[in-house]
Amino acid sequence: MNGLGGFLLRRVLGAVVTLFAISVIIYVVFYVTPGNVAQITCGPRCSPAQVQQVAEQLHLSDPLYVRYWHFLQGIVVGQDYSTGTSVQHCSAPCLGLSYQSDQQVTRLILAKLPVSLSLVFGAMVLWLILGVGTGVLSAWRRGRLTERLLTGVTLVGVATPVFVIGLVLMIVVCGELELLPFPQYVALTDDPEQWAWNLLLPWLSLALIEAAAFARLTRASMLETLAEDHIRTFRAYGVGERSIIGRHALRGAFAPVIALNANNFGGAVGGAVLTETLFGLPGIGQEMVHAVNVVDLPVVVGMVLVIGFFVVVANAVADVLYAVADRRVVLT
Amino acid sequence: MSEALVASQAPGTDIVAPGASGARQFWRRLRAQRAALVAAVVVALLVLVALAAPLLTAIEGQDPTTYHPSLVDSARGGVPVGSFGGTGADHWLGIEPQTGRDLFARLVYGARVSLGVALAATLVQVAIGVLVGVAAALGNRWVDQLLSRITDIIVALPLMIMSLALLAIVPSSFPRPVLVALVIGLVAWGNTAKIVRAQTLTLKQLDYVSAARLSGWGTWRIARRELLPGLAAPVITYAALLVPINITVEAALSFLGVGVKPPTPSWGQMLTAADVWYQAAPQYLLLPAGALFVTVLALTVLGDGVRTALDPRAASRLRVGAGRKQEAKADQGGAR
Amino acid sequence: MSDSQKAPSRGLVDVRDLSVEFGELRAVDGLSFRLERGAALALVGESGSGKSTVASALLGLHRGTGARVGGSVTVAGVDVRQASDDALRRLRGAKAAMVFQDPLSSLDPYYAIGDQIAEVYRVHTRASRRAARARAVDVLDRVGIPDAARRSRSRPHEFSGGMRQRALIAMALACEPELLIADEPTTALDVTVQAQILDLLHTLREETGMGLLLVTHDVGVAAESVDEVLVMRHGRVVEHGPVKAVLRAPAQPYTRELLAAVPRVDAPRAPSQTSGEVVLEATGLRREFGRGKRAFAAVDDVSVTVRRGETLGIVGESGSGKTTLGRMLVGLLEPTAGEVRFEGHARVGVRPSVQMVFQDPVSSLNPRRSVGESIADPLRARGERDEQSVRGRVAELLERVGLEAAHYDRYPHEFSGGQRQRVGIARALAADPRVIVCDEPVSALDVTTQAQVVALLGELQRELGLALVFVAHDLAVVRQVSDRIAVMRRGRLVESGPSDEVYDNPRDPYTKQLLAAVPALDPEVAARRRATRREPAVT
Repeated sequence: MNGLGGFLLRRVLGAVVTLFAISVIIYVVFYVTPGNVAQITCGPRCSPAQVQQVAEQLHLSDPLYVRYWHFLQGIVVGQDYSTGTSVQHCSAPCLGLSYQSDQQVTRLILAKLPVSLSLVFGAMVLWLILGVGTGVLSAWRRGRLTERLLTGVTLVGVATPVFVIGLVLMIVVCGELELLPFPQYVALTDDPEQWAWNLLLPWLSLALIEAAAFARLTRASMLETLAEDHIRTFRAYGVGERSIIGRHALRGAFAPVIALNANNFGGAVGGAVLTETLFGLPGIGQEMVHAVNVVDLPVVVGMVLVIGFFVVVANAVADVLYAVADRRVVLT
Repeated sequence: MSEALVASQAPGTDIVAPGASGARQFWRRLRAQRAALVAAVVVALLVLVALAAPLLTAIEGQDPTTYHPSLVDSARGGVPVGSFGGTGADHWLGIEPQTGRDLFARLVYGARVSLGVALAATLVQVAIGVLVGVAAALGNRWVDQLLSRITDIIVALPLMIMSLALLAIVPSSFPRPVLVALVIGLVAWGNTAKIVRAQTLTLKQLDYVSAARLSGWGTWRIARRELLPGLAAPVITYAALLVPINITVEAALSFLGVGVKPPTPSWGQMLTAADVWYQAAPQYLLLPAGALFVTVLALTVLGDGVRTALDPRAASRLRVGAGRKQEAKADQGGAR
Repeated sequence: MSDSQKAPSRGLVDVRDLSVEFGELRAVDGLSFRLERGAALALVGESGSGKSTVASALLGLHRGTGARVGGSVTVAGVDVRQASDDALRRLRGAKAAMVFQDPLSSLDPYYAIGDQIAEVYRVHTRASRRAARARAVDVLDRVGIPDAARRSRSRPHEFSGGMRQRALIAMALACEPELLIADEPTTALDVTVQAQILDLLHTLREETGMGLLLVTHDVGVAAESVDEVLVMRHGRVVEHGPVKAVLRAPAQPYTRELLAAVPRVDAPRAPSQTSGEVVLEATGLRREFGRGKRAFAAVDDVSVTVRRGETLGIVGESGSGKTTLGRMLVGLLEPTAGEVRFEGHARVGVRPSVQMVFQDPVSSLNPRRSVGESIADPLRARGERDEQSVRGRVAELLERVGLEAAHYDRYPHEFSGGQRQRVGIARALAADPRVIVCDEPVSALDVTTQAQVVALLGELQRELGLALVFVAHDLAVVRQVSDRIAVMRRGRLVESGPSDEVYDNPRDPYTKQLLAAVPALDPEVAARRRATRREPAVT
């Protein structure tokens, strides 16, 4: 198991390095932007005195690497912001202060994170089941009408923008058929049943689109595996078609599906923006759009970091799962 | 998000064109697939419409930016006057609620934006990806390590979020559609670079490249004459699948209000307020949604067709209804 | 057709008038033969002869594909063509089992070998999981895999090539079949490993009384292992009879041609005229790969000399470093230590005077360029601008290697493997070299084509006074062409000298082992050699 252990270690180290690099890039890109950083950060309604205060708190007079160091420090240990009269302690991980909404960025994000995570986890379960299931069905029934139908459906699914599906679902299910009320977010801790019902439509919209992509990927991988030599071996030994599909061909799809899932999951935490906006879910994505519109720099930077963190973690997890699924990778 | 989808559907890194004399074979194989042909025609039509937008709107007698407040009933919240949301001889597809802008004109000019931005973004992604990929594959170990790390970071950056963020910080004086194209291009070239690097590494090992070295050619000449043509197939395949994705991304960004901003029309933009109006003017929602759907579908089918035409071996297995007949052919190839 | 249903088939395998068509291609045309219980038959032929198709037809593997099968095939009492799907599945693996050519791709890379064998066992018996796994270990042990219990939990890529092939054979044995069908079971293996596998098959047959149908292109392999031989060509039977008779006194002209083309390890070579002048010299060459702990030396302290007008043969199995050595001689690879001198001058990098002919006819020519252009490359790289003279020279070269000047504008895919190798030779000649290093130039070719290309190389050497370095793993071919030989093993030179000396009186134990492993064309010689090999060997 040494090979696997070493592999794990290398991947984790790689993830840490990547995260670090991302933080540097983000920080540099955003705080080196044209324009008066303090002014932009503080917001359009700030007085010159307030802008000055912000400039001090952000250590803008110091060279770039010192500012970055403070930033890092804040993330690891926490930071204190003095306003002349009072001292506000921002505990680790401190991602800065949002002057425009008068909150600590970390708290802001933490409030919104559960919503996004609820959305993405639920949708992920659905898209994996639907997507891989459809793909397996297509591969099993290859050459027949079922496959043609499913291929057509998945093609349509891939081409439809997520907000269109969401809109259509809302209009049909809530508006015309009135099967469900228009969704409003209820926290899991408050009422699990309502939580699930309200998230059903958002889950479906997100899941259906992603499932189409997974279905295509699963089908393609399985068909590729079915053309390989080892399938011929098992056929030549009398192994039944069901085992061939379910045990051998499906195995070939594991690795690509894991890789794709990691990418999509990581990206979806923030990227489910469209779904959140459409269904009015107070998640990270929606907050991001708002922050971008009012140009609230600390929030934007903080969000990108948090989402980047999820993406990197998701990729690292996927790498490990990938290695477990296909041991040959460990040798590279 | 779906960029990874394309990455996972990327052509295998072992496309050594099986002896076909390039372009002619490709066209022949492409023509043989009916679905791809239909898709190609649709795409051609869309491109035509986009290019001829000024002409078409001139024929109609409208333009995408003029407000027609008289045509909407502000008392009822901006609902268009007249049947079918204001459709008529003057406004072929009706008008936009609240502003009264002509829908046909907005749709047709929106085609320009969608196709133009997507194409430009794809070009940027391909250009950077090829440059970085080839440099990484041909350079020494340090260069390769460095470039690969950078590529990994770019791949890890979440597309939507980074685009959102970058679009926030650039002042509005910069022409927006160009900016959107640039941003999408800069954030998402990672997978292209990975594919190009992998393919170049494979090509580098081929004997005919060694033979070129033995003949006395220098590295750059070999890269140009032997390697680049070998990259054409996977790069084109990948680019063909990138275009529909970029269209979706641009639409999403515009939908959120951060992409192409008014008055420049964009299909995504047109969808922003559409859910409120669908009862009064259903075409306000259906037209841009339909346009997006048809465009992305046609481009995806065309992209699949291009991939099949360039790598017939893999494609024959993936063709719908391929089933067991194709397996026989594959077996026969292996039989001695 | 009704005839074959009436006449009772007594043998283990009864094939009557078999034909297999893939679309327009008739891969097998009117083939008939019988195999008795416990007997061994070899299907021998070159590529495209249809022999593998016949093997697949025995298990009904064409069912459900687009192929059209005619005639009748009866295996262990089961009429393969008429049997139900269930009956066919019961036949496959249980009564007749197949061993394929490439063990790496023939096994599922994701599951442990023991699990795969257990799966097959459970398909045909009602054994529990535990019993099936025990059977897997048992059968792996039987084929000679050491520490079978632990290795049964390994995945295929963790095994060496020979071990993998043994594992495949183990899978075939699991359900104790009456017939073993082996499709080119040793083609992908080194010659010493090949000998072990053939010995294993022989032993298993003795122990279990299984019948064997062996498909191979290598006549020597057939001589070693079977009682009867069936020579195929273009899907038809050319000759069929007891192996001794067919190999010693072939009746058909094609068979005679085939046998004549087979290179022999014991045939002496006509000496070439050499001026004795040293043209290429390598001293203390060493090449390392990998970094840190994983570094290893593919070539370690190797010194060779090549003389004008002479052929140096470099022979070795996989992993011996011979290809790496070849590339260092040509300058495509930098040595980590040591130097290469051409005509007395030490040089680094490629040089037009030292050229190479590559192994794989598919990847050695740029598929997007015409063959004429590929040959013209060295000329253009030298600075030749005059189109006329370039074309003229290429036309000359094309004809010299046995092709036509009109072939200039054709593309590689329009040529056969042998013809592509000729183009490769022409390209090497275009640079007016003094030395040509040939890296396995004929390994991918059929035996008749092999002989032609080897003859061409010999002619060119005599005519142009070239020095040749011939790198290969096939000892017999190397003997045919070389004046001097160097034997390599794991990066080191174990023996070198004039080829007659090394072949007839080898000194190093490894060389002896190599020579003992080469399949003999005479069944009696083969049996004697097998007895000698029964002594424990170095793996």
